[in-house]
Amino acid sequence: MNTPLIEFQNVTKRFGEQLVLDAVNLKIYEGEVTTIIGLSGAGKSVLLKHIIGLIKPDEGAIFFRGKPVSKMKRKEINEALAQMSYMFQGNALFDSLTVYDNIALPLLETTNLKKAEIDRRVMARIEQTELTEAVKRFPSELSGGMQKRAALARALITDPRIVLFDEPTTGQDPVRKNAILSMIAQYQRKFGFTAILVSHEIPDVYFISNRVLALYERKIVFQGTPEELENFDHPFNDEVISSLEALQKELTGLYSKRQFKVLNHAQLKRRTHGEPYSVVVFTLVDVNSIIANLGPDIVHEAIRRMCLYIDKHFGIIGGFSTRFNTSEIVTMLPHSDIAEAQGILDDFVKDFEGQSINDVWNWAGARRLATMAGPVRFTIVAGIAEGQPVTKIETVVTSAKASQKEIWTATICRGGVNI
Amino acid sequence: MALTAYSQAGSEGEAKRRLGILLSRPLSAVGRAVINWVNILGSATVFLIRSLVKPSRPKQLSKIVNQIYYIGAKSTTIIMLVSVFTGMVLGLQSYHALVTFGAQGAVGTLVSLSLIRELGPVLTAIMITARAGSATTAEIGIQRISEQIDALHTMRIDPLRHLISPRISAAIISFPILTTVFDLIGMVGGYISSVVLLGLNPGVYFHSIQANVDMKDITDGLIKTVVFAVIVATVCCYQGYFAHMRKDSHGAKAVGLATTSAVVISCVLILVSDYVVTSLLI
Repeated sequence: MNTPLIEFQNVTKRFGEQLVLDAVNLKIYEGEVTTIIGLSGAGKSVLLKHIIGLIKPDEGAIFFRGKPVSKMKRKEINEALAQMSYMFQGNALFDSLTVYDNIALPLLETTNLKKAEIDRRVMARIEQTELTEAVKRFPSELSGGMQKRAALARALITDPRIVLFDEPTTGQDPVRKNAILSMIAQYQRKFGFTAILVSHEIPDVYFISNRVLALYERKIVFQGTPEELENFDHPFNDEVISSLEALQKELTGLYSKRQFKVLNHAQLKRRTHGEPYSVVVFTLVDVNSIIANLGPDIVHEAIRRMCLYIDKHFGIIGGFSTRFNTSEIVTMLPHSDIAEAQGILDDFVKDFEGQSINDVWNWAGARRLATMAGPVRFTIVAGIAEGQPVTKIETVVTSAKASQKEIWTATICRGGVNI
Repeated sequence: MALTAYSQAGSEGEAKRRLGILLSRPLSAVGRAVINWVNILGSATVFLIRSLVKPSRPKQLSKIVNQIYYIGAKSTTIIMLVSVFTGMVLGLQSYHALVTFGAQGAVGTLVSLSLIRELGPVLTAIMITARAGSATTAEIGIQRISEQIDALHTMRIDPLRHLISPRISAAIISFPILTTVFDLIGMVGGYISSVVLLGLNPGVYFHSIQANVDMKDITDGLIKTVVFAVIVATVCCYQGYFAHMRKDSHGAKAVGLATTSAVVISCVLILVSDYVVTSLLI
């Protein structure tokens, strides 16, 4: 494997008598999104501050591109820090400066850019983070969510190569939370920076993370992909992941992929051959086009609403769902054959058609009329497939995807919503 | 028997040891306090030097001008108010003291020299400490505990250059100007009480000032103001900048205590350094 961008070797940190990090070992690779998860007070922020040099370790070594930081010259350290940006958990906005001045500060102080160029860059970030109305306001006049977005805009204003996000979605509503995670993922793909996140948003962060680091009892107990974490047998999984996933289920009606697999396994174990189950796969089509026209938060809101309707109709007969990727939801109906599943899907479509039009208009159309380049089409397709207890669920999901048909579509244009 | 003797000797040894600890405890406390003070003094000196040696850039100028406005211009009213009454009370007291000896002609000299040499620099420094110094400590302290200073580090903006250096420079510029204002208005105060209210001849008042105030008095006074400026700005900025490292409290309380410490330490150091500088200049 490549040389890690950042590596900790037996890093220990104490504050007085209190041991915060105990011989921590970790590796963070370039160009990836790495998420550090753990309970509150576990030392995640302390760990992040070690990376940017705000805190020095008591013992152990930190390596930057394979070179120990303690042996780097001041110039080399400055060059390394110049590539980094940090978004603080408490935002750390300058309360005597306006939102514009806060975002412009790094450019004003560390570059020789002309005022017009600074203005262009700052206004672009302000628009991306939906802070246009707050340009001249002071941080104390903003909501917690807006302050978070202002801090995010400031962290990204210098187009850094490495961005450290300390709980970037704390205090955000579900729509904006997803929008921020999407923005991080989108920018990461676009600019190719290395993102290091501290987050509690499980499983949402899994969708954007290449690697996950689990901090538990002052040590890194897991390093690997989100999929590997799902099979990680450790008290960390019971204490941290399960409790966070339970909250997620209550909020959206969706299970994590790990819970989905466990539930599925438990259900199928009890079944005998000849007792079929069904799988429904829902997909929101052409997500990239919707994001480009209306922004990522609209997609997340559409998916969230779809999930609530799915849970309402399929949950009542023992169905359970998970989000496979940003635009796809898989629902397992352990006690239903394909005919019963089709009947419930028809009911779902009727209900969704009747009630979701206003939702879509309120969320998507009315808010974004000014920025819409042209009509935007929302299409949901769904497919059903039947399986036997011996059949692998992946095979059934593939069959369901192959049989997907359009079940609902709406076009948002300047005049309103056309079904 | 032998055991009893051994036991007695042991208890006597223990008693002596305890007495020794008891007697040495105050000395240890004094020693710790001295070491602590020396540490703080060294740290504050390094802080001052690092703030002053930061290379000046055109961008710094606007920050310095802002601070001159905040420390200097906005303190003018309070300085004028304090100085006029200081001058008036000086005029009043000296007139009544000197008239007994028929020496009321020296009122102008007494008022002007008192103001230029001592009261002007000292009272101006104390007033600025109370008005702008405390606010500076609180402002920097809040920036520290809300991680704004850490944010500057992460943005590669030197906090000493961005926050501290302009304040120290502005203080060095503002203090002599405000002290001059204090001296002039104070002399007007002395004129009001001794000439307007008590009937001293105005020509005598002004002549005694002109005849007895030397350029050295003025320059000595201004040297003091520069020393006070450095002390006040350094102490107030230092207390705010390291508010998070206080051992006696945390958060908002730490900022409050840092502000109190800044004012108290500044005032004490103004008076101590006044004596030291005076004895060196005289």
